[in-house]
Amino acid sequence: MKLYLNECGILCSLGASHGEIRRRLFAGESGIMATETWSAGRVLPLGRVTDALPDSGALPLHQRSRNNQLALAALAQIRPAVDATIARYGAGRVGVVLGTSTSGIAETERALRVHAEQGVLPDAFHYGQQEMGSPAEVLAAQLGITGPAYVHSSACASSAKAMASAARLIRMNLCDAVVTGGVDTLCAFTVAGFSALESVSAARCNPLSVHRDGINIGEGAALFLMSREPAAVALCGWGEASDGHHMSAPDPAGGGARIAIEAALRRAGIEAAQVDYINLHGTATPANDAAEGKAVAALFGDRVPGNSTKGATGHTLGAAGAIEALVCAMALTDGRLPGSPGTGALDPSIPIRYQLHGEDASLRHALSNSFGFGGSNCSLVLGVAQ
Amino acid sequence: MNAPLTAYVTGIGLIAPGLPDWTTAAAVLRGEQPHVSAPTVLPVPELLPPAERRRASRVIKLSLGAGLDAVKQAGADASTLATVFAASGADGHNCHALCEQLAGEDRQISPTRFHNSVHNAAAGYWGIATRAMAPCQVIGAFDASFGAGLLDALAQVAVDGQPVLLIAYDSEYPAPLHAKRDTPDCGAVALLLSPGAEGALGAITVAPTTAAAEPLAEASLESLRGAIPAMRALPLLRRVARADAGAVVLDYLAPMQLQVAWQPC
Repeated sequence: MKLYLNECGILCSLGASHGEIRRRLFAGESGIMATETWSAGRVLPLGRVTDALPDSGALPLHQRSRNNQLALAALAQIRPAVDATIARYGAGRVGVVLGTSTSGIAETERALRVHAEQGVLPDAFHYGQQEMGSPAEVLAAQLGITGPAYVHSSACASSAKAMASAARLIRMNLCDAVVTGGVDTLCAFTVAGFSALESVSAARCNPLSVHRDGINIGEGAALFLMSREPAAVALCGWGEASDGHHMSAPDPAGGGARIAIEAALRRAGIEAAQVDYINLHGTATPANDAAEGKAVAALFGDRVPGNSTKGATGHTLGAAGAIEALVCAMALTDGRLPGSPGTGALDPSIPIRYQLHGEDASLRHALSNSFGFGGSNCSLVLGVAQ
Repeated sequence: MNAPLTAYVTGIGLIAPGLPDWTTAAAVLRGEQPHVSAPTVLPVPELLPPAERRRASRVIKLSLGAGLDAVKQAGADASTLATVFAASGADGHNCHALCEQLAGEDRQISPTRFHNSVHNAAAGYWGIATRAMAPCQVIGAFDASFGAGLLDALAQVAVDGQPVLLIAYDSEYPAPLHAKRDTPDCGAVALLLSPGAEGALGAITVAPTTAAAEPLAEASLESLRGAIPAMRALPLLRRVARADAGAVVLDYLAPMQLQVAWQPC
């Protein structure tokens, strides 16, 4: 059974519409900008969404968070198509499966700041705002969906895994269509956290460069309407594996990464040689790029062009899997490889074919990698529908 | 057309207030002994390397304990199993500590606290303890987390034809967040789900329903069912403990509930 990506909505630091993001991505632009907002006294390059978001005043208290606003802004871009799908199949036959790592934790940060000053939690705070399941709940509520609605939260692999999970629901005939993808929000929690791990770069990130020294955190949302209804881009396969190694360091041998990639290729029914573009996880930490590079080199050698687009969008953590799947979809439909803004001199010890600049290319299949904390690995294969 | 999801249950684990393991819980569910309310007892995670074992949080001990009990009952090899972790919150104490620190000027948070704050921390430690490299799903769906985990696990069993260990667990938040999310204590249930009947306790078949979920007759168990999201599984476990074929309706995500049929082997 083939699964298709019928509609996509996206916002990130590159912009707030599919068209704007596509234009800027293929022009080699970056949305990363320096700011102290979440790191007082320390300027950091971050991939911030600067566009206005839908007002959350009309939402019930427990659903009010910036994270949900980002998700709803992406939903607005595809709303008519989703409504039509619900009308067609019935509210109980459509699901919502999303990935997030932050959910509304930024709201909890704010609430505990008020508590520290005033001794009480603000009335504007509700536990539901930080609940991992919140983005799925708010979308289901807005759309009147009564099918399965839940969230996958596995750090940086969250939204790729959500898309695989959505595919399983349709395969098992529990749903006819699923609103899937992911969303994440900039907050002090992740900025301080990744800084504490010394994973954050003070400069624009430099994926797979010999000079790479860490990530630029980003935020954003990407949503897909997935179903069996044919469309231009198909989700051909997915593969998942765990490292069983360490909570915050990847297995340096890239073992789990390799298993995930191979499983995705197998499920897609293609050989490595049939992949035309690899969107690497490519966070620009020394450890990730080396480990991922090992796995990719072992399977693809230096034949398949690949790169990380995190220099354009920032590392959007829980939303990365979905945002980068959408980058792959754009590459497939436009027949163009994106470049890797910010990458300087390449690391010669990673022997893959790294695509530095945008280039027109006829693409049939693309692979997208998402490897997260706790050794959670997920790879997706997207393809041009026949 | 709705296709019901089905799998065999080959192992069960349970840790809850007054119910330190599945053996005790089964006896209580059969009415052989009363449910004595008591704080949840968390086992020491022997499988973790010493440093991680010393630092293991409540949710790590909870999820590892319940999961390993299910694996042991089935005589399975944890290192080979795909897993689904389903939880409403993650580590409430850790989350609180980090947010409290961030509420001040000090941004030098502990890197260990940070990597332990992700929703999939328990899953990550499971992988380290068991060396499992199979896929691991980590799900959150508020009070419906058990049901969401069950659906995803059964779909994986069907699609991939491999056993899947479901571990649903929840823990408490300290004050002041406790006032906004009042889960009272730790509770977890683990089910090892298999495509094959060999060594199984019975088979479950799950389908969505709009019928209302059934409360438990025993007041203290009904209180657990409502207070700890993972304990929404209790009506099913009651049938399992009593080897009582038939169906129950479990609270899932209103207006949808899950009808679960149990057929002992």
